[in-house]
This record gives sequence, C-alpha cells and structure tokens, in this order.
Amino acid sequence: MNELPLLSLLVALPWLGALLLWLWPKAPVRGLAFAFCASTLVLGVIAAAGFDPARTGYQWTERHAWIPSLRIDYHLGLDGMSLLLVLLTGVVSPVALATVLRRVESPRLAALLFLLLQGAALGVFVALDFFPWFICWEFSLVPAFFLIKGWGGAGAGRAAYTFVVTTLAGSAGLLLAFAALYAATGTMNFVDLAQLQAEGRLPGLLTAVGAGVPTLAFVGALVGLAVKAPLFPLHTWMPATYAEAPPGVALFLTAVMSKMGVYGFFRILWVLFPADLRVHADLLLMLALGGAVLGAMAALRQTDLRRMLAYSSLNHVSYCLVALFAAAAGVKGQEVAVEAALSGALVQAFNHGLSASALFVCAAALESRAGGSREFARFGGVRAVAPVLAGMSGVALFSSLGLPGLNGFVGEFLIFRGVFGLAPWAAVVGTVGLLATALFLLTFWQRVFHGPPAGAAAGPFPDLDRGEIAVLLPLCVLMIVLGVAPGLITPWINPLVTGWAATLPMP
Amino acid sequence: MSLLPWIPYVTFAGALLAYVAGSRSARAGRVVALLTALAGLGLALVAAAGFVPGQELQTLVNRAWIPELGIRYHLAVDGISLTLIVLTGVATTAAVLFSWTVADRVGEFFALFLGLIGGVYGVFLSADVFLFFVFYEIAIVPKYFLIALWGSTRREYGAMKLVLYSFAGSGLVLAGVLWTYGSGAAEGFSLGALTAAAARLSPVEGGVVFALVFFGFATLAGLFPLHTWAPTGHVAAPTGVSMLLAGVVMKLGAYGCLRVALPLFPDAFAAWQATLGWLAVAGIVYAGLVALVQDDFKFVIGYSSVSHMGFVMLGLATGEREALGGAVLQMFSHGVIAGLLFAVVGRMVYERTHTRDLTELQALPLHRLLPGAAAIFVVAGLASMGLPGFSGFPSELTILVGAWRHHVPWALAAGFGVLVAGAFTIKVMQRAFFGQLRGAADATRVGHAAEHAPMEPLTLPEKAGATLLIAATVIVGLKPDLLLDWIMPALQSPAFALTLTKGHP
Repeated sequence: MNELPLLSLLVALPWLGALLLWLWPKAPVRGLAFAFCASTLVLGVIAAAGFDPARTGYQWTERHAWIPSLRIDYHLGLDGMSLLLVLLTGVVSPVALATVLRRVESPRLAALLFLLLQGAALGVFVALDFFPWFICWEFSLVPAFFLIKGWGGAGAGRAAYTFVVTTLAGSAGLLLAFAALYAATGTMNFVDLAQLQAEGRLPGLLTAVGAGVPTLAFVGALVGLAVKAPLFPLHTWMPATYAEAPPGVALFLTAVMSKMGVYGFFRILWVLFPADLRVHADLLLMLALGGAVLGAMAALRQTDLRRMLAYSSLNHVSYCLVALFAAAAGVKGQEVAVEAALSGALVQAFNHGLSASALFVCAAALESRAGGSREFARFGGVRAVAPVLAGMSGVALFSSLGLPGLNGFVGEFLIFRGVFGLAPWAAVVGTVGLLATALFLLTFWQRVFHGPPAGAAAGPFPDLDRGEIAVLLPLCVLMIVLGVAPGLITPWINPLVTGWAATLPMP
Repeated sequence: MSLLPWIPYVTFAGALLAYVAGSRSARAGRVVALLTALAGLGLALVAAAGFVPGQELQTLVNRAWIPELGIRYHLAVDGISLTLIVLTGVATTAAVLFSWTVADRVGEFFALFLGLIGGVYGVFLSADVFLFFVFYEIAIVPKYFLIALWGSTRREYGAMKLVLYSFAGSGLVLAGVLWTYGSGAAEGFSLGALTAAAARLSPVEGGVVFALVFFGFATLAGLFPLHTWAPTGHVAAPTGVSMLLAGVVMKLGAYGCLRVALPLFPDAFAAWQATLGWLAVAGIVYAGLVALVQDDFKFVIGYSSVSHMGFVMLGLATGEREALGGAVLQMFSHGVIAGLLFAVVGRMVYERTHTRDLTELQALPLHRLLPGAAAIFVVAGLASMGLPGFSGFPSELTILVGAWRHHVPWALAAGFGVLVAGAFTIKVMQRAFFGQLRGAADATRVGHAAEHAPMEPLTLPEKAGATLLIAATVIVGLKPDLLLDWIMPALQSPAFALTLTKGHP
C-alpha cells in the first residue's frame, strides 16, 4: 500500500480533463486537453520509477470495499504487463490526440471524448476487480463510437455501429462468463479468482454450478476478448472501422484498444482458464496463425492505405496471440521456450503500439496531402518531394516489418524463438506470414515513396510540418532506442513471465 | 417510520386538491401535483433515512376493518416495499414534471394521475391481501381514463385492451386468493393466515391456485405471452402516464408475484418454476427481437420494457436469493430507466417533431436540433443496455448469476437477450437522433417534421425530471448497496425461506 493513490489519479486525470472541458466553455481547449492527456505519461513514469521489478504480484495497489453485498471491491494494481501498457498509453495518447485535433474546427467535443476514451483504457489496464474493469471496458465504447461517427469518413456511421454491436456481442460473453464465475465462487475479483485457480479449486467450483459451465464460461470470456483483440475470424468489424474512423482514433484503436483484448487474454484467460486454453490450444493457435497469415495476405491485396494498415494490425496482434496459445500448450522441459514466447507477446504488444501509431500518423499525413484520398494509386515518388515524411515512414515501416535494430524485431524474435521450441509447425506457418508482411510493407513503400513523383505528389506536396514532426520524432526515437536496447523494458516483465510459466500446469 | 402511512393519504388528498386547483388554473393544478409528488418522495426518503433493515415486515398500522371476514387495515414495510416506494416517489415526481405541458382539463388529469399513484403506494404498503387488492384496483381504474382521454395513437383501443387485461389479471388473483381463503379455512387475509391456509390445500389445488395468482399478477408485470397490453398501452398513453405504467404499474404485478404468490405456495412454485423461467426468457428475447424491427420510436421503448421486465420475472423464477434481490433491484432500475426513455420519446421528441416514425426521424439531424435530448437519450440508452455504472448492471448481473445456478440454458438465453438489448438500443439511438438530411430526395420525405426546426430547447421541468432520473440510475448503479442493504435482509425473512429452499434445493 502506498500513500499516494497513483493509479486512481492515473485513471481520473484524463476524466477530470474531460469534465473541465465540459464545464468550462471558454477553456483553452488544446492546452488543457494536452496537459491532461500527458498526465498519463508523467504518472506512468513515476509508477515505473517506483516499480520494483524483482517483486512479483501487484504494486501501487489500492483496495477498498465498494459493494459489500456483492463482494465487489474498488481494487487497482499494477504488474509488469499493466505498467508496460500504461506507458504505451502514455506515449500514444498525445500522438493520437494531436492527430485527432489536427484540422478539427471545434476541438472541444473531440478532445473531451478522447480524454474519456483514454481514461477508460487506462482503467482497463489497472483495475483488478471485474466491476470497475468492466465499467471501463464498456465505457470506452461510448467515446469511441461518437469519435468515429462524428469525425470519421463517409461510411463512419455504419462502421461505428458495426464496431459497437460486435464488441457488445463480445461483452455479453464476458458478462455471462463472470456471472458464472460469481455463481461458482461468490467473487469477481481477478486476484481472488486467480488465487482459487492456483489452489486448483476453480474448475471444481464451476462444475458444481452445472456440467457444461466451465467450458461455457471459458468460451464466453474467449469470445469477448477475441472480438477486441481481434482474433481471426472475429476481426470483421476492424477493416471498415479503421478505414472510416478519424486517423487519430484509428491509431488509438489499434495501438491501445486492441491491447485491451491482449491484456484480457493474459489477465483473465491465461490465469483463470489454463486447462481450457491447453485443451483448445491447437484450434486457437490455428486461428491466430490464420489472422497472422491471412491478415498479411489480405493486406497485400488492399488498395486503400488504411485498410492495409488495419490488416497489418490484425497480422501483428495475431503474433501476440500465437505466442500465447503456443505457450499455453507447453509441456515440461519447455519452460525457456514458454518464457520467451510470453515475453515476446508482451514486448510485441508494446512495440506494435508504437509502430502502428507512427504508421497511422504517416498515413494521415499522406491522406491530408491527397485531399483525403486513401488510395495507393493516388501516390507515387513521395520520397522525392517529402523526404522527412518518407524517412519517418521508413522507420515505422521497417520497425513494423521486424528489421533487426528496430523495436519490432525484438518481440517477433522472442515470439518465434519461443514458438519454434513449442510448436514448430506453427512457427513455420508463421514464417510464411512474416514473408507476406514483408511483401506488403515493401510493396507499400515502393508504390508510395519510390519512383518519379506521381498522383498527389506531382502537385504541391509539402513535407511534414513542425506539428507532425513533433508527433513522429519521439516515436521514431523510441523505436530505434528500444530496438537497440530492449533491456529498457524487459526487466519489468521478466519476473512476471517467469511466474506465469511456473504456474502453468505442465504435464 | 410512522410517516409512511401518510404517503397514500397525502397523495389522495393531493389528487382532490389538484382537481379543485386545476379547474381554476392549469398552473395551480400542476404545482399542486408537483408538490404532492414531492411530498410523497420526501416522506419516503425521510422514512428511508430512519429505516432499520430487518427480516420481518415492520407493521405501521394494524386495525380491524371488516372483522367478520378477518380483514384488517394492516400497513407494513420491509426493504423490498421501501425500495419500490422510493421508486414510486422518484417516478411520480419525474412523471409530473414531464406532464407539465398537459393543457386539457389539467385538474382532472392530475386528480386521476395522483389517484393512481395513491393506489400504487397503498399496494406497496399493504400487508393484508384484501387491502392489497383494494389498492390494486384503485390503481387500475384511473389508467383507463388517463389513456382514453389524454392519449394518442389508437387511445381507446389501447386503454380498453390495457384495462381488460388488468381486470382479467386481477380477477384471476382474486379467484385464487378467495379459493385459498375458503378452501383452506383461513382466519383472515393477512399474509401469514393465507400462507397457513395455502399449506392446507392439496398439491393439485395448490398448483392451480398458484397459477391463478401468479399469472394474474404476471399479466400486469408483462410476462410473455400475457404482455400484449403493454406495448399498445404504453404507446397510446400520454407521456407521463407511459412513464408511470412502465415505471411503477408493471412493478405492481411483479411485486404481487413476489409478495403474495411465491411465499404462499412454495411447493406449487417449485412445480411451475421451469415454465416460469422459460416464459421469462422467451419474453426477454422475443420482445428484444421485436423491438429491433419496430418503426415507431415509442413501440421500441414499449417492447424494451417487456424485455426488461422479463429479467425481473427470470430473477423470480430462479428461486435463488441473490437473483430475487436482483429482481427487486431490476424493478427499481427499470422503473427509472423506462421512465426516462418514455420521457425522451414522448415529451422531448414527439411534442417537438410531432412524429415518432423512425424513418422520418432518421431524416432529421436531431442531435443538432435537440442536442440535450440526444445526450439524455444516449445516457438512458446506455443505462437501458445494462452497461456497468448504471443500475441495470448489478441487477442483470445478479439475475444472470441466479440463472447460472438454477438452469444453465436460461443464463445463455438471457445473455443473448442482453446482446439484443444492446443492438436495438444502439439502432434506435442511431436512427432517432443521429440521422442526417441526405439531399433533396430525403428532404421531401421529411414532410411536416422538418418544418418545426429550429426546435424549442429543453425546458426547466424537462431538465429537472431528466436529472432526477439519471441521478437515480447512476447512484444506484455505482452504489447498489444502498438498496441491496434493504432488500437482502428482507429476503432472509422466514416468509420466503420455504420458497427459496423448494425453489433452489
């Protein structure tokens, strides 16, 4: 227990910013919004500084009774995974906000909604009781819906509706799963449930509720999380949403909100349903591989910049899940591989957030210079007219592609090292996905940036302005620094991952 | 505690006064009605502040009324009735505020309105089943006039259908209660005496009588397939009355099931339980799917009410203590949220656009014309979808928990119902408020609706009413203990003990 309710502040400050924007009509919108948006990074760094990587378990915890009659607590805490994702949110949020507010006529409402979204995402990463966690999980949909609908492209209304209804379908699954867990155990606290699972009592308690209940609860939670991540084939909401959403929001969706799904896979499924994960590991692994490979192939076929990035996200996030499912089926003697795969998944989640953000900013820059067009065919030879844009896009692209020396490589390397030891066939199939990834990213690079200036680049095509550089430069620096020195973030997650590997019931 | 019996008296007195005042000046009638509603709410809150939760019904008044038949004027309260009394206070106050624009025969309107509410308060306070029944009938009669005289779409039909269903339902209840009284040789109509008498009935007899009483009450609660009065009645009624119908009158039925039918016939309940659960689940899903394809804004809300009341009935059907608590919480929650939804549709939107046709509304960018109404509807919609943070969440969650424990397929079907509720709510939100004019072709279709732009902004009574209801759903959503601490001890009462053990062995 600490004196300072750091995590409460972490979640509350963006919401406070939104409240101020609402109540104070003459507020200096941009300044206020950025100040509260940046609070996450500041508090995240403070949390990281006070974070003891050697300790397993949660730090900066806050726990107070909230609804005693339902045994619900206000319970927040931070472990290495949460810390990583909080820092990711801290880095990405200002980038996303800047992209959202660029060329927006009346920024107040957009900024307000964005701060609500940011706070909700943070709540998901630090809440340890289902009730506050689910409040944030569900609430994040509201600002996202209105941001997409209000500031998106021509088909945004339909895309926003599909996005929310699909996600709500998943949420119904989660709600059912936790109702079942509560019916069995009388608690919905992640830590208490994990304790019951560690003691080996959870499956028995669930079976006592009804014969099929353990499986049904597992499937409910799986579907809820799989929609969010997304896991193939529940990704169908994604391409249209990413294409129609305003670029800043699409960026936040892929960089942070998809990580909510990945986070849930670890926090809920990995911890509470290890046996079910093991039983269904092959099937799930195939689905995740399907997302990785087919996502890359679909990306290759896109002619729309943002749809390509959407499939690229599916491809990259799927690798996190490939690692997770492969690790879930690990047997004795494979501890090292399991640890590598799990660390890889977390590192990949962080790094994908960085590189995808940078790519979406670059895409937004390209779009705005082509009159809002997102077609590849409208671009050509951009490198000649906008070298800075080309350079920064290049860093993001090659990071995304997994070039050694950039951050994207670290996660994928760890994942493949782990998966090769655990399920060689999956690693082989995954490699095909890597090739396809390389292919579509290089095709994109070649078509848009190389050759003689064509399309929009043939006309007046200004290079990045100061605002855009200010947003992209820190991302590029981080991508290079973390590529060279991944040790900056791995110590936070190593003990956690060792712990996960140790609790895995390996036959 | 002795304040509570005054609530129905004050309300009936207010009805008379509103009639007198309203026939002189419309404004005076409204003010009297509002003051009466506030007095009811205030008395309820004062009583709630001094309420000590306990297992037993706490007697407030107990006098002989018709000694020959053992009928007593017996008012009592426990956590369950107190919850519903507070709900009635909140819903009535809001409904008066949203009836502020009633201009025709204001005195009579509010007299009938408050008469209905006086009956509702009486039902929630009655511990004698005969008295319960008298208040129950008092609540039914004014509905007919309120709808037939001040209603809209097919109002005579809607009013007649509603009242016939209500009377048929109460006829079944009366038959069942009298059968128990006579056949079981009861000493009176108190709950205790009737329970003892019911125990003397043969199992077959008990099963039949339980069905009479339960389905009689369930008609008013909107249990599938006895719900058909609800959508038509809600749509035909004037806004304030729709709010009361969905908000508190449907609760009378559910309350009757819980207070009378369940404790009196534990064995018969256990025998009927499977049927009841499936009917409840069918109502949740069926009404949700019907709401998905409605073109009339108010019908969407009407069917959503049936779907949400299905959760109440499911909670009752599980016969599981936590879910029963959830059912009472859901009664409160639905009363508040449905009131808000009807207020937006009937008062905020319909009185300004003069249409409830979603195709027409879709062609109006209402989020620009009426941003306040759009924002309120979004909040109400989120609450109605059962999002965490609003009162619907803890209630649906506990009911789902009960469904898991009792019968797994119910949980799955109800989970599907949650999903459908999300879908129709977002769909209607999208169509009603976030449409846009898409060129000339659509502009002609808008017809008379567009002529009314720009629209009158939200008035003070509307804002006050919406704030009250939103505050109620959010406060209970974030701190459901406020009500659960009253409700759960009451469910520990010996009166429910047998039902709970038989219903959930």
